[in-house]
Amino acid sequence: MNIIILGAGQVGSTVATELAREESNEITVIDINQTILSDLQDRLDLRTICGNASYPNMLEAAGADDADMLIALTNSDEINMVACQIASTIFHTPTKIARIRSVEYLRHPGLFAPESIPVDFMISPESLVTEYLHHLIEHPSALQVLDFADGMVQLVAVKAYDNGPLVGHALKAMKQHVPGVEMRVAAIFREGQSISPSADCVIEADDEVFFLAARKHIPTVIAEMRKLDKPVKRVMLAGGGNIGGQLAALLEKDYQVKVIEANPARARQLSGMLDSTIVLLGDAADPDLLLEENIESMDVFCALTNDDEANILSSMLAKRMGAKKVMSLINRSAYVDLVESGLIDIAISPHQVTIGALLAHIRRGDVVAVHALRRGSAEAIEAIAHGDKNSSRVVGRSIDQIKLPAGTTIGAIVRDKKEGKKEGKKPEKKVIIAHHDTVIESEDHVILFLTDKKKITDVEKLFQVGLTYF
Amino acid sequence: MQLLVIQRILGLLLMIFSSTLLPPVFIGLYYGDGATAPFIEAFGLTIAFGLLLWLPVRNQKKELRLRDGFLVVVLFWTVLGIFGGLPIYLSGIYGISVTDAVFESMSGLTTTGATVISGIDTMPHALLFYRQELQWLGGMGIIVLAVAVLPMLGIGGMQLFRAETPGPVKDNKLTPRITETAKALWYIYLGLTISCGLAYWLAGMSLFDAVAHAFSTIAIGGFSTHDASIGYFDNTAIELIAVVFMLLSGANFAIHFAAITHRTLKPYKRDAEFRTYIWVLLIVSIITIGYLQFTKTFSSTTESIVEGLFQVVSIGTTTGFTTAEYYSWPGFLPVLLLYVSFIGGCSGSTGGGIKVIRILLLVKQGVRELKRLVHPNAQIVVKIGKKPLPEKVIEAVWGFFAAYFAISALMILLLMASGLDQDTSFSAVAACLNNLGPGLGDVSQNYASINDFAKWVLVLAMLLGRLEIFTLLVLFTPTFWRK
Repeated sequence: MNIIILGAGQVGSTVATELAREESNEITVIDINQTILSDLQDRLDLRTICGNASYPNMLEAAGADDADMLIALTNSDEINMVACQIASTIFHTPTKIARIRSVEYLRHPGLFAPESIPVDFMISPESLVTEYLHHLIEHPSALQVLDFADGMVQLVAVKAYDNGPLVGHALKAMKQHVPGVEMRVAAIFREGQSISPSADCVIEADDEVFFLAARKHIPTVIAEMRKLDKPVKRVMLAGGGNIGGQLAALLEKDYQVKVIEANPARARQLSGMLDSTIVLLGDAADPDLLLEENIESMDVFCALTNDDEANILSSMLAKRMGAKKVMSLINRSAYVDLVESGLIDIAISPHQVTIGALLAHIRRGDVVAVHALRRGSAEAIEAIAHGDKNSSRVVGRSIDQIKLPAGTTIGAIVRDKKEGKKEGKKPEKKVIIAHHDTVIESEDHVILFLTDKKKITDVEKLFQVGLTYF
Repeated sequence: MQLLVIQRILGLLLMIFSSTLLPPVFIGLYYGDGATAPFIEAFGLTIAFGLLLWLPVRNQKKELRLRDGFLVVVLFWTVLGIFGGLPIYLSGIYGISVTDAVFESMSGLTTTGATVISGIDTMPHALLFYRQELQWLGGMGIIVLAVAVLPMLGIGGMQLFRAETPGPVKDNKLTPRITETAKALWYIYLGLTISCGLAYWLAGMSLFDAVAHAFSTIAIGGFSTHDASIGYFDNTAIELIAVVFMLLSGANFAIHFAAITHRTLKPYKRDAEFRTYIWVLLIVSIITIGYLQFTKTFSSTTESIVEGLFQVVSIGTTTGFTTAEYYSWPGFLPVLLLYVSFIGGCSGSTGGGIKVIRILLLVKQGVRELKRLVHPNAQIVVKIGKKPLPEKVIEAVWGFFAAYFAISALMILLLMASGLDQDTSFSAVAACLNNLGPGLGDVSQNYASINDFAKWVLVLAMLLGRLEIFTLLVLFTPTFWRK
């Protein structure tokens, strides 16, 4: 695919890196800063152009005429919107994705229509990260919680501990432990290596287990892997920027929330925005302030500033001072690996979250959602199967018969309930946890798990409908 | 330094190169005038050596780093220069020595076109074809070809690509993917070669000569299948065709690409380097033709114009074809032409020399210094076609320029120390470093008469010229080898 990326900032560079890795993509990056571009050019096989991203001549130089997709990721919402407008008006670029950060624009969905501002998909990293954090606070024992099929199915990563009833037993024992709960283990990572989860596979302590289950069964399954943490009551957020503010607004109904913000103006603004949240003015790495605010009784401490180092240090401090669980936003992937083995419980990489959302639009075949797992080394995909037994390589076949690439497993299927399809009513859906003899039907949402990202093109091909379909 | 990865790629490249020894075998069989055995032997030896390098380390699949790229390129050109001489040496033609075989092969690959062989007209067709083919492969760069056909080189391929393509700014790719860029370059190259060959053929060359000369014209090489070079044909049409195609090949291939994809001639008009290139050749042609007329070197005006134009373009683009005995032209003309060859072709072309863009930058930089004397506080940027250039590029160009002349001075001294006269030394170094070919004095017709030491120095000069000095020179710095 011929893709133009506008803006080579943190997100832009990471997206370019991800996409350039796949052979079939041709990437051109436009940015105003030559230094960043030269650096990208040295590392990756792509083309760079230095200039203002929204100017028509720049887009033309980047080959907008034959581009399949434009991804506007500059740090200005306005430039991103204008660039999409220009790409649409002058170059008729088929797919336009823009990063829109300001909630003000997002509040008016009608704004982004083909006849007004032609943005096909909007990516709002702050909202995505907020949602991600929200999930983690809901399930304090999980490392990662991802939604599929509008949240009906969730993929959960959890670290197994000695105190879990299933630990030390084979996976097939699960059925006897909790009858009636359907789940499927998608992958197990032991000491960084993936092992294929057969029925006889024994779960050991410290394994990182990825499983799929219907939303309501998630806590039961987690409880099998480790003793459940107590539900969260008190949350402290360090940093009241976009993410901190949004998250506090989301959480304050159900939890006791405290936000620490260093900027007086922003702190005042926050306290106006939020109702029951306590906004504290001060430094998140100030032990006296933390002590004063009862850090030792906090269930979750989230460091959410823009500064990786400050986040790492303040969350380490919070952990040492007694916070039960600390999470930290970390942009540099090199740091993520460093800190997760140490004092910090969960490191969240905003880029990975954003990229997952972007990748869903870039994948061929009808892919609804893509999530990067384990910092991009594995991927979970939700794809829709189309066609019939002749035109599709998946429809009408049982999971045994589908030629899946190595390292790929089908975890679950979400299917419209036939009887639920009544006039005017939203069709109800049911979750089918995949077994070897489950037969896939047309229009099923299939959730796959890939431990090797290189196989992604094979999976895409699998879900592309043969020409006879048309 | 990832020596094993380098060894693997080197082995692979050698195996690929070995296949280029096969076409001469077929040519030899077709014409039935012998010299097929040395090619088969050389093929066997080269592929065996490549396998020997590759087999033990075939699983070393790591990305090439910047430094590895330099080493691969230099090693490959060196090894290829030596292996390329193998069939020539094995053929034993005119009792050729190892030195001469390597000189001939390196001269071919680097598109210099200097030869140590006389009596070319009576050589077997296989050998004749092989010399032309060497030039053609070296013209666009054999590594660029490898990058185009071997996707496995990946990002490492880009490091190689950069080390091999000429010009001060190497980041303007034609397409986002390096493989696609390399392919596009080779398609243009192939297209030019085919059109050139057709044109020669229609103008009256035999098919063999047409193909052979198309190879060396588009590669800006200068090898011919005749001792008298293009002059052998004594045909104005052929000379003018050669002029057109030499001009095209001396231009940046990126402009050709832009012109072809957008089907317009605008890119040529817009490109500052191309304009300068044409102006330089035009002005020098006018001076040359005027002086030829003035001294009445040729009997007719038309002859002066055609011969003057041909010789200026041939030497200015560093091709090195000859039609007239330019070395015996009156007054300053031979030296003027050699000076023009220092300017050479455009960046991103198959031509040699310092490259027009660098000269243009140096001139602009000089003008800027003058302006600064008058306006000490002025902020002046050096621009090429309305685009300001980073200071880094200008510094690099200065460095290149200084190194170029330091090296040529050193080599001239070495040649003189080995017993050559000043004319010969200067012109031989200029002709080899600029990848031009024919020089003045003892080397005006061929390089057979000079001593072996001088030949080896010139082999190095050719390699330095083709790899634009720094790629090779960097290997001799301690920093390069430090961990």
